[in-house]
Parts: sequence; C-alpha cells; structure tokens
Amino acid sequence: MSAQSVTQVSTDSIDDKSKRHFLIAATTVVGGIGAGFAAIPFILSLQPSAKTRAAGAPVEVDIGKLEMGQRIIVEWRGKPVWVVRRSEKNLADLVTLDSQLRDPNSEKIDQQPVYAKNAGRSIKSEYLVVVGICTHLGCSPSYVTEEDPVAKTLRADWKGGFFCPCHGSFFDLAGRVFQGVPAPTNLVVPPHKYLSDTRVIVGVDAEGA
Amino acid sequence: MNNLLTATLGWMDDRFPVSQWWNEHLAHYYAPKNFNFWYYFGSLAILVLVIQLVTGIFLAINYKPDASLAFASVEYIMRDVEYGWLIRYMHAIGGSFFFITVYLHMFRALLYGSYRKPRELLWIIGMLIYLSLMAESFLGYLLPWGQMSYWGAQVIISLFGAIPYIGEDLAVWVRGDFVVSDITLNRFFTYHVVSMPIILLGLVFLHIIALHHVGSNNPDGIEIKKQPKNEKGWYLDGIPFHPYYTVKDIVGVAVFMIIFAAALFYAPEMGGYFLEQNNFFPADPMQTPQHIEPLWYFTPFYAILRAIPDKLMGVVAMGASIVVLFLLPWLDRSPVKSIRYKGIVFKFALFLFVISFIGLGYLGMQVPTATFTLMSQILSVIYFAFFLLMPFYSVWDKTKPVPERLTD
Repeated sequence: MSAQSVTQVSTDSIDDKSKRHFLIAATTVVGGIGAGFAAIPFILSLQPSAKTRAAGAPVEVDIGKLEMGQRIIVEWRGKPVWVVRRSEKNLADLVTLDSQLRDPNSEKIDQQPVYAKNAGRSIKSEYLVVVGICTHLGCSPSYVTEEDPVAKTLRADWKGGFFCPCHGSFFDLAGRVFQGVPAPTNLVVPPHKYLSDTRVIVGVDAEGA
Repeated sequence: MNNLLTATLGWMDDRFPVSQWWNEHLAHYYAPKNFNFWYYFGSLAILVLVIQLVTGIFLAINYKPDASLAFASVEYIMRDVEYGWLIRYMHAIGGSFFFITVYLHMFRALLYGSYRKPRELLWIIGMLIYLSLMAESFLGYLLPWGQMSYWGAQVIISLFGAIPYIGEDLAVWVRGDFVVSDITLNRFFTYHVVSMPIILLGLVFLHIIALHHVGSNNPDGIEIKKQPKNEKGWYLDGIPFHPYYTVKDIVGVAVFMIIFAAALFYAPEMGGYFLEQNNFFPADPMQTPQHIEPLWYFTPFYAILRAIPDKLMGVVAMGASIVVLFLLPWLDRSPVKSIRYKGIVFKFALFLFVISFIGLGYLGMQVPTATFTLMSQILSVIYFAFFLLMPFYSVWDKTKPVPERLTD
C-alpha cells in the first residue's frame, strides 16, 4: 500500500461520532463499575477480621472483697469495665439528680440491657456494672467520690460519679450523663449476670433477658 | 573536560528534558525581585519533608508495629541503636518543625493574598497538603504506643462515631477492631510509612507545578507577568530563581538548621510541647491519663471541638474550621491582594484572627473549666467571623492604590 492511499483514509468522511461517543461512554461506565467492584475486597479487608470478631469472651469478676464506695476495673473486649459498690446514701442521692440529667430514666435503649433499665441502672442496686468509656470520644472517665477534695473544683454539689478529663463530661453514680456536657448519652451497661452473691460475669446476659 | 560535559548533557537532552526542566523551573523561572523573610518557609517545608522521609526510613528499620513490641522497640532505638536517639529525636521534633514552617507559610499567604486569583488552585493544593500532613502526623503519633498515642487515637477515631447512622461502623472500620488495638497500630504504621508519604510527595509536586504555572505572588501583590519584558526577556520586576533565590534560600536553610539543631540537642522534648511526658508511659487501655491534650499544632481545632457542649456539633464545628480555609480565595473580595495596600479593617481583622488562633491553641492545652470553655467559645466565634464576614469587611475596607511596579 502506498503512502498516498493511506492519507486518503480520512475519518472525517465517516459519520460515526455518535457511535464513538456511545462506545466511549459504555466503556467508561462498564470500566467504572468494574473498578468499583474490584475495590470491595480491599475495603472489606479493613473490617474486623473473623479472629477479632470471635475475641471478647465473657470475664468473671469476684466482687466479694469490694468495699463500700470502691471501684474495680476489669478488661472486657479490650475495654475497661467498672464495678462500683454503692451505699444506701449514694442510691438515695441518685433520685435527687434526675432534673440535671439528659436521660434520667434510661430511655435510650442501646445504652443498657432491659434488666438494667431502672433507677440504679443495675441488677443489684448495690453494684454498678458499667463500661468505663465516655460516650463522647472514648476516653475513660475518672472516678470522683463525693468526699474527693478534687470534687469541689469540678462541679458544685457533687454527689459522686465520674468526670471525663478529656472534654469535661460528668456522669453520676449510675453512669447517667449530666446536661450541658459534650457526652450525648449515658455510659453503657454491658450484658452481665450474677453467678453467685460475690461473682458476676460480664459479657453474658442475665436469664430471661 | 568541558567538551565532554557538554557532550554528555547534549546526549542526555536528546533523550530526557534535563536542560529544559532546569531552565523552566530554575534558571529561567522568573520570580518577583522583592521576596522577603516570609518567603523562606516554602523551601524550608520541603527541607523538613526530606528530613522526615530520611529519618523515617531509618526508624522503620528498627521499629516493630506490634502492640506488644512497639513501645519497647522505640526505647531500643533510643538506647541501644547507634545514634538511634539522634534519628528518633530528629523525626519527632521534625513533626513540630513541619507545622511551624507550614503555619508561617500559610500566614504569608494571608498577609499577601497569595490565595487570590489566579492562585486559587495553588492554595487548595496547599490546603490538601496541610490536611495530609495532619493525617500523617496523627497516624505517626500512634506508633510509639505510649499513653498519649493510645488515647489520642481513641479520641480522634471516635470523632467518626459522631456522624449520624454510619458513624460507629465507620469508626470500627477505621480501627479494624472495636477498640484501638494491635490491628489499628499495624494499619496506621502502613498508612504512615507508605500511603501518606506517596500522597504528600504527589501533592507537593502538584503544588510546585501549579506555582510555576501561575508564577509567585509577592509582598506587593502585583502580577509581574502583566509587566513588559526587558531586552533579556525578563519581566521588569522578575529575577531568575537560580541563582538569586537558590542562594537566598540556602541562607534560610543555614539559619533554620541552627535553630533545628539547638532544639534537637538542647530541648528535644521542648518542655512537653514536642514530646508529651505522658507518652513515656506505655499504652494502657484501662486508664486514661488525667489530662490529655493533642500536640500543640492541633490544639486550636481541639479547643473549637471542646467549646461546643454537643458531640455532633463539636465535630461539625471542628471540621468547618478547616473547611472554611479552603474557601478563602472566594471569601476575600478586596480589590487588592497584599496587606500593604489593604486598610485598617482588614489589618484589625487579621490581628483578631491571630489572637483567636493562638488563644485557642493555648486553651486547647488546658484542663476544661467553665471560664476556659467560655473563652474558647468567644475565640471560636472570632475565628469563624474572620472568614465568614470577610466578603463584607474586605469590600468596606478603604484600600490604598497599588503601584505599577514593585516597591522594594
């Protein structure tokens, strides 16, 4: 074939512009969808693995030696879980705080199992079992008793509870959040049940729940 | 010998645009002749980037991205690796110096209107570099696996949880676990040493290409490209970047290195500002430190987050405080670019903005009390007012006439 005859093949004379546009658009769409599907395994590989999901066995806690007003911390699913022994006075004080709280009656259902939707947010009112992670941005609040000298500097008329040092959220001794702080909801009560008077297991629901 | 060099260059030029690149970006790149002190920080930021890349590679050689080994491996680098302490301190303070240079570089743009037309894209690419730098810094901060590493990451990842509906799932996806764990550490290491450096280098390349396409702004805010050229083909107020500004920048590098070395050898922790005391304790998921604060370069935004007593709105305000910077080229409607020709209103507004930024930076480091929260709220309002009222006050402002030629 001579050079002459090659130059005579001009695309201008062929009216296939719309055909070309259609083919380009179709290729782009199909290619784009393909790329989207190809991204799925990579995105899903960042999800918690089967091993991570399986971890988090229940933990048993011995509360027999817990003194009045004392708190113990145990690890459950990598999070701190607190058990606090509350006095009669602590429980009586809880009722007086209702007007200062966002959710005094534990209406928000995700924050506790049904058996802890009560005044003390607990199975046995003497013991508070709660996940020690602030519902604002995940810090672990400090336990500040009523007698603690720090209490006066933090908040007037403090009845004991928890203070998050990160962003200044307050919770009472039932893990209920005060109004006017960044944390939106009460602390989470984990599923738990009593194996005996002195042994509680965290991560397993109480019967009948 | 000279002939051999010329011949080699010619051989190269036939195969790769060596001379063309040299001329386009250095020898025949004409920059305004009146660059001052503020124009050091772009090249210094590149210098810090290089320091971080080199020291980072040498740290990765001895570091172990494993929750049970990470903290000890950093101590191993500090105590047992030959000159490990030097390399680690260079990298650690390099992070702070990166933000010092970038903040001064950004403030220069505020002073002289370097974000104005035709440099809007240049500014946006720069903002993307700033965002990537924040991400890179945050990812790297988890790696020593100290108390501040752990709880800092916990708080920042929880920010995603504030997004309605998908937030909690997104936070789990980012962590790869229900809490910050070994899995999170492993992936953050990968992002810190692979993904983000590639993105940063790419953005820096785009930033320089965009700059050289539109040309540099200057303290007068006058476009030298609108001027006629002289007999040598230079813009009247332009001088070739090389050798004039390469020499100037080398002086800047020398002074910077003296300051950098002083910090490195005499105050690598900078009293807790460059390396926080709490990070010398290994991560403990059961116990948040009594007082947690981010490093100094994040505290202005952290103070805005804390100023609002609502989880979602706090996160939205913090995000908005950064997003609003992207809009700067369209918020400033002054007829002049440079502060030299702007009036008292803009100068006063800029002064208030600087006060609010530094004030918020201070408040972000303090334990939140009622007074400090109120002050944060007031300063946050000033911060946003500087930007959101700019379309109005930049028009009212009485500006001075801009001369034809550069004044220096």
